[in-house]
Amino acid sequence: MIDPVSALLLIPAVAAIVLALLPGYRVSAFLNVVASGLTFAAGVWLLFYPRYRSEILIVDDFNGYLVALTTFVAFTTSIFSASYIGHELSSGRLTPKFMRFYHALYQAMIGSMNVALLANNVGLLWVGVEVATLSTVMMVGIYRTPAAIEAAWKYCILGSVGIALAFFGTILVYLVAQEVLGEGMPALAWDRMVQNADKFDPKLLSLAFVFLLVGYGTKAGLAPFHAWLPDAHAEGPTPISAVLSGLLLNVALYALLRFKMILAATPGTIDAGLVLVALGLASLLFAAFMLYRRRDIKRLFAYSSIEHMGIVTFAFGMGGPLANFAGLLHMTMHSLTKSAIFFAVGHVAQVKGTQRIADIKGLSSSHPVLAVGLALGVIAIVGVPPFGLFTSEFMLVSSSFARQPLLAVVLVFGLIVAFGALMWRLQGVMFGEAEGPAARAKATYVPLFLHILLVLVAGLWLPEPVVRWFQAVAAQLG
Amino acid sequence: MGHHIGFDIAHLLAGSMLVLSFVLLHQDRITAVLNIFALQAIVLSLAVAWQAVLQDAPHLLVTAGIALTAKGIVIPAALHRIVRRLGIHREIEEVIGAGPTMLTGLGLVVLSILLVMPAGRNVSILVREDLAFALAVILLGLLMMITRRNAVTQIIGFMSLENGLVLAATGAKGMPLVVEFSVAFSILIAFIVFGVFVFRIRERFDTVDVGALDRFRGERGEQG
Repeated sequence: MIDPVSALLLIPAVAAIVLALLPGYRVSAFLNVVASGLTFAAGVWLLFYPRYRSEILIVDDFNGYLVALTTFVAFTTSIFSASYIGHELSSGRLTPKFMRFYHALYQAMIGSMNVALLANNVGLLWVGVEVATLSTVMMVGIYRTPAAIEAAWKYCILGSVGIALAFFGTILVYLVAQEVLGEGMPALAWDRMVQNADKFDPKLLSLAFVFLLVGYGTKAGLAPFHAWLPDAHAEGPTPISAVLSGLLLNVALYALLRFKMILAATPGTIDAGLVLVALGLASLLFAAFMLYRRRDIKRLFAYSSIEHMGIVTFAFGMGGPLANFAGLLHMTMHSLTKSAIFFAVGHVAQVKGTQRIADIKGLSSSHPVLAVGLALGVIAIVGVPPFGLFTSEFMLVSSSFARQPLLAVVLVFGLIVAFGALMWRLQGVMFGEAEGPAARAKATYVPLFLHILLVLVAGLWLPEPVVRWFQAVAAQLG
Repeated sequence: MGHHIGFDIAHLLAGSMLVLSFVLLHQDRITAVLNIFALQAIVLSLAVAWQAVLQDAPHLLVTAGIALTAKGIVIPAALHRIVRRLGIHREIEEVIGAGPTMLTGLGLVVLSILLVMPAGRNVSILVREDLAFALAVILLGLLMMITRRNAVTQIIGFMSLENGLVLAATGAKGMPLVVEFSVAFSILIAFIVFGVFVFRIRERFDTVDVGALDRFRGERGEQG
């Protein structure tokens, strides 16, 4: 009996084991792409599959679309990864020995993100986020330079503490639920909790949410728990930066939103939405100003990820059909755009041989195709029309002006500050006298331009089924 | 009355773990820290075993066994070896002095009591008190990670924090075994990951002092 749910969990698991046993780079890079492609196919299949629930797993509108997005970006990143890692090996920055378990860890990460997204049991959700974190920790340290080891160490320590606090929150949630649902597995099932949330104890549930917020908030890179994020993005291999920004942050935020939905259904709890609004705005403003002082191009876009996670968190904090819709759209568009930017940045850093922004000049004359890709990505990410991020930011700004004008002013201010920083940096990288090596990039641009095309199409025209899908999820989020 | 003695023993064990957390905070030699951590893990296994008796839940004995063998014996022994091999059984560098650390620790205990006790009107008082103890152990572990710069003591701080988590998880009546298993498993993974990192850090820097890594920060030198 084959169904998409088990395919989504089994394909990465089997692939991880096979890839762990296989030596040699070429074969495993190819198999990595094949396995990711099959997982993506299963993700698409899931969209046409009826809803499903058990005590362990669940498929609803919310995670259905996130699984499709996650497996898609994981698939395109695996294609980018093959060309990126090939270049790193030939340039000698990485040796095959360091690469031994890279692809196995990549599959383990995809599999565990799928576990987290499909989990109905909140304990299993926690396990998924945890395994995804541990596998990315190993990959961040892969260059074994002092900076890479420090980044991995920091990520490991902060990630573990975050995970531990999230687990304490999960225990508290279980304690709350078992009073109503009885002991054992049903008291960890998320859908049962939401159905019976009106009978829950609000005080203990609020306390649980604080721990979950700090725990999963650390993983989602929200300020002030973001300290690991820029280092991990800058020092790890670029494919990992792409999946960290594009996927893992989403998964952590998804976990937080599942718990917010429980809180929203329980009368007398703290206002989770208000907390998310505050954290979201703080992350947005903090990251927007930090963008100006960055000297490393990957670090620059890592701060931009904090900014966008702030925007998404703000949107879900505001709640309501329109803001939730904007949040979902923004989450999707950010995943696609930011991973595209990292695809471009990865190749730029390879052809120029540096990540220092000051040393990257005149890209438009030395590498025109790459320059167009990067420029389109940056223009999309700062929210210029006609790209999809403009649509979502416009919806968010207009809906918050209608409801909370003061907050909307802060939001717009943060967006403008970030816009200025990124456009200023982009100009420096694009124009001027070309310096450094001008060798052609031996790279595939298909993932890069595919993502940008999707973001462009979404900005011009969202297909009717997608709109209805997002509306249903927005309603579910409340 | 027998029921009350059961409560008292559970409290005694949980309270001993908290006391050991304070001792951990105060120690300034790595070998002593390792020994006290092992002791705390042994007390944890007793506390978990007692919960197994109280709740009539024999599967908790498995959790107790894992805590005893992995965290009480194997991991401390391995860390002793690492410490000897690296020659770092000297004093531990502290970011904050012992006095302020202890005061902060006391504050954290008060905080956890104030947070947990008023919440949960239907949860039994035993569970709530156990939870307050567990939260205090967790917060003290966190404090230890913050106040110590040495990589090995940070690992110990993290594992002490996880001791608190296991205490909380086993105190929650009927929490499914799946989750406990995952906790034990995660400790194992975390340890392996940490171990790998300690070796690499040693390899590269000839020190396990985490502060020594700061100068390699991507941007610090360039800000000027």
